[in-house]
Amino acid sequence: MSRPILSVRDLIVRFDLGRGLFGPDRVLTAIDGVSFDLGAGETLGIVGESGSGKSTLGRAILRLIPAEAGQIVWLGQDLRRLGEGAMRPLRRDLQIVFQDPLAALDPRATVFQSIAEPLATHRPDMTRIQMREAVSRWLARVGLDDTALDRYPHEFSGGQCQRIGIARAMILEPRLIVCDEAVSALDVSIQAQIVNLLAALQRETGVALLFISHNLAVVRHLSHRILVLYLGRVAEIGPAEALFADPCHPYTRALLAAVPPPDPVAARGRRRAGLTGEPPSPLNPPSGCAFRTRCPLAIEICATTMPTAEAIDDDALHLAACHRWRDRSTQGA
Amino acid sequence: MTDAAALPRSPGGRAWFRLRRNPSAMAAMTVLGLIVVLCVAGPWVIPHSYDAVAWDSILTGPDWASGHWFGTDPNGRDLLARTLVGGRISLLVGLIASLVALVIGVSWGAVAGYVGGRVDGLMMRVVDILYALPFMFFVILLMVYFGRNIVLIFVAIGAVEWLTMARIVRGQTLSLKRREFIEAARAIGVPGLTIVRRHIVPNVLGPVIVFLTLTIPEVMLIESFISFLGLGVQEPMTSWGVLISEGAQNIEEAPWLLLLPGTFLALTLLCLNLLGDALRDALDPRDGR
Repeated sequence: MSRPILSVRDLIVRFDLGRGLFGPDRVLTAIDGVSFDLGAGETLGIVGESGSGKSTLGRAILRLIPAEAGQIVWLGQDLRRLGEGAMRPLRRDLQIVFQDPLAALDPRATVFQSIAEPLATHRPDMTRIQMREAVSRWLARVGLDDTALDRYPHEFSGGQCQRIGIARAMILEPRLIVCDEAVSALDVSIQAQIVNLLAALQRETGVALLFISHNLAVVRHLSHRILVLYLGRVAEIGPAEALFADPCHPYTRALLAAVPPPDPVAARGRRRAGLTGEPPSPLNPPSGCAFRTRCPLAIEICATTMPTAEAIDDDALHLAACHRWRDRSTQGA
Repeated sequence: MTDAAALPRSPGGRAWFRLRRNPSAMAAMTVLGLIVVLCVAGPWVIPHSYDAVAWDSILTGPDWASGHWFGTDPNGRDLLARTLVGGRISLLVGLIASLVALVIGVSWGAVAGYVGGRVDGLMMRVVDILYALPFMFFVILLMVYFGRNIVLIFVAIGAVEWLTMARIVRGQTLSLKRREFIEAARAIGVPGLTIVRRHIVPNVLGPVIVFLTLTIPEVMLIESFISFLGLGVQEPMTSWGVLISEGAQNIEEAPWLLLLPGTFLALTLLCLNLLGDALRDALDPRDGR
């Protein structure tokens, strides 16, 4: 990987839930020391269960949620040190696509107004006619036509709304788009279209994607690298092929086991090490390794010492935070 | 979107479309329009002036022959002329005070709700303190300081009515600002005030318009109340509240003095309430598409 455009270091995001009726202040640690790099034009898939902090991570990087500690280095600048005023010009390079495509569009704004909003904000030099041309060009690129310009979001299907949302995110040709569960709310056939659209746009413009999803099949299709998040911590990160071929964290293996096999008949009879139980509450995480309460390999050390990320391969591209990653073959035996 | 062809596209257009199919709303709007036209144009058309004293017909009942179709008051002035001129004042107070409440309340509530945190706390405490101020005390204080003046009524009523508006708008804003389209605007880098103006205010306008139609009758009632106490408009100018107050004093010998302005006020209030109800239904997005 060339020099990263985005380097996240030891990021911590906490939510203060306020005082309980009798207890002390309750603080939820949503992101607990996450670090990763993202190269230009690269797609990093972020996977994890509900509540693992995926969406929080994406929003914290865009500074939609304040981070408590750590660094978000974007092209050499730590975004956490910038005021909102200094942040504003950088926002044209940082965009987001949301999970619920209809909720992401102002119900009282026309499609033109929604897609043109980034232009109206960052390109005050453009005339209305130029904006209309630009919007119309981007509508065509995401597979819609000019008849959509003056219509309202409720007139479109979920997939079409997501195309509008992507056009809005792409119109300034940003260098990073956070796709927060961007296809989860869509039908499977539409999911494929949107994923292919994102992949095509990435090829054409070189935009980097942070693709947040709980759907491993989709993530695998799109991502160059994958980050597995568990309870706000990085369980495993690595190149997509390496991670799928040799998952080193037991949580990654459990996630992979939960993906339905393409051929159920052939897979029949094979043992599957699925996950049992609920993830522990982030209000009161387990000591040591956060995954130990559900881990088939857990031993004493897992309860006492928090595992650090260890390099699996020689280039240190593939990392796993597990005390027993060397014993991975014993699982499911 | 089964009957999309029949439905207009814009959210406002759809609400108007539903409103037009509501017979009571259309009737209310027609009657309201009629009252407004009567009050605005009527005084020029009818043969008597509101402040001309007819010495030969003091406190007479409805009489076609003399041209005092609805009778005269104890000073011999034509009741119809006075009711219509009074209507101008009452409608004006209702409209202007409500608009004052609308502008202050919406801006205050939207900013407090959107900014949140301490600013929100501070702004809403100001609202609470003003709420706690006794209204009549406030009005009497204003009158003592500035003398009796119709503008003061607008100020006094507007200063009180915007409080409720601000609370409603703040509540709506709090739920709106968690919506993803607001987050999208923040991610784009749209400045806070622009987000409030461009995304929050248009989206809270529905409940606000409904509340406005209910505020106008309230304001008119408050004006009637102030005038009833003798703190409102000054003779010979009049308002519905003043006329009703005079009518109540003469209810035994001249009930028509109460009936005519009372009917006008009651009709206006009824129509505005009906319209408010219908608007609430028409603007409710859950009620079909």
